[in-house]
Amino acid sequence: MGKPEVITPKHTAKDYKSAVKPVWCPGCGHFGVQSALFRALAYLDLPPQQVAVISGIGCSSRLPNYTACYGFHGVHGRALAVATGLKLARPELTVLTVGGDGDGFSIGGNHFLHACRRNVDMTYIVMDNEVYGMTKGQPSPTTPPDWDSKIAPGGTGINPFLPLAVALASGANFIARGYAGDPNDVARMLVEAIRHPGFSFVQVLSQCITYRPEEKEWKHSVHASPEEPATTMVAAAQRLVGEDSLTTGVLYKGERLSYTAHIHPVQRSLAEIEESFVL
Amino acid sequence: MNTITTLEELLAHAHALESEAVERYEEMAEQMEVHNNPELAELFHKMAAVERKHVDKVEHLAGDNPLLRLAPWEYRWQTQEAPESVPVGHSHYRLTPYHALSLMIACEERAQAFFAEVARATPDSTLRTMAAQMAEEETHHAELLRQWRSRYPEPEPGWEVDLDEPVSQE
Repeated sequence: MGKPEVITPKHTAKDYKSAVKPVWCPGCGHFGVQSALFRALAYLDLPPQQVAVISGIGCSSRLPNYTACYGFHGVHGRALAVATGLKLARPELTVLTVGGDGDGFSIGGNHFLHACRRNVDMTYIVMDNEVYGMTKGQPSPTTPPDWDSKIAPGGTGINPFLPLAVALASGANFIARGYAGDPNDVARMLVEAIRHPGFSFVQVLSQCITYRPEEKEWKHSVHASPEEPATTMVAAAQRLVGEDSLTTGVLYKGERLSYTAHIHPVQRSLAEIEESFVL
Repeated sequence: MNTITTLEELLAHAHALESEAVERYEEMAEQMEVHNNPELAELFHKMAAVERKHVDKVEHLAGDNPLLRLAPWEYRWQTQEAPESVPVGHSHYRLTPYHALSLMIACEERAQAFFAEVARATPDSTLRTMAAQMAEEETHHAELLRQWRSRYPEPEPGWEVDLDEPVSQE
């Protein structure tokens, strides 16, 4: 390893933090994702007013409230639809979508598929704790089938959703997995994801200390992939076969062109716009 | 661990280590405020204030030379984050002062180990002297925190059990 990279940004991580105190449980992995995001934005030296953080519903979807960036805390599962519209209308903004596994893969599952397929230039961060935390611990799409709980005695018996495989098959242009307990590594991934053109998907394993306390053990079981990112879908798919869902790193970097809007704005006066809303 | 080879790099690491400790302690203080544990909130605020003084001290040591800033993943920590930051996931809303002070002692011990390793590995005598001095200060901080912790009883097993479990908050 050579000399470390010296940076000279005008911004620090604190510049992206709002005055709103997070209501996440102490020990929640989402604090690590928040730290990683702020460190990544500071590294990229993006002015907060040039960044929009869009979310749906759930513990992790509260994140826009905790940033000093623009934010939209939207409708359950519909964050990607809102973010897509925003990015197409305001392509100069850095658009980040954040949420949880339930919001993204169940309620918003269909939007996830089509966001990957459309390949609009934005980054989607899913803080995956494998449970619906905000509504008191129901199994989510990524919950292991044998997770025993009061609400699902004996487990659901249903195979979990495989977010990376689905993202790859659906056309996402950048796919990575991080671990919230390693915010500096997640920050590095987010920097790469934001810089990479097209739809970037980053799954972050983020422990739910309240309903899935056993996830504290992730710190001993996650492991970094020794491999460089795959550049073809076939190579990426081969790496996903038989993997244990605890491998971190950038899985895939594609070269698809981003979708951009072919909009030709019509110049209209405010009076004309208002007139169009009159019934 | 990759060796730190210049005084500038050492000061950059010391500055990041203390600054990130301030941020994490403030974050934990806010968590305790939100979760109605005012005693712990005060304790974490106090510790953040102490660490802020250490940030000032590093800035004073740097003098007129601007402190280097590295990419977050380029710092040569032995741990996943800066060693004086309480690791993500080590908090709980029912923490007692004994727990909090134990977390703080562990932070100081990791910081001591970091600086001691820099001192051990460098062939540069100026760097070695400064890193060893920093390691010694961290040892002293850990000792002070141990004395502080001795005022509190060790919590009974089951301290985290809450018969009125948390509900989602609005």
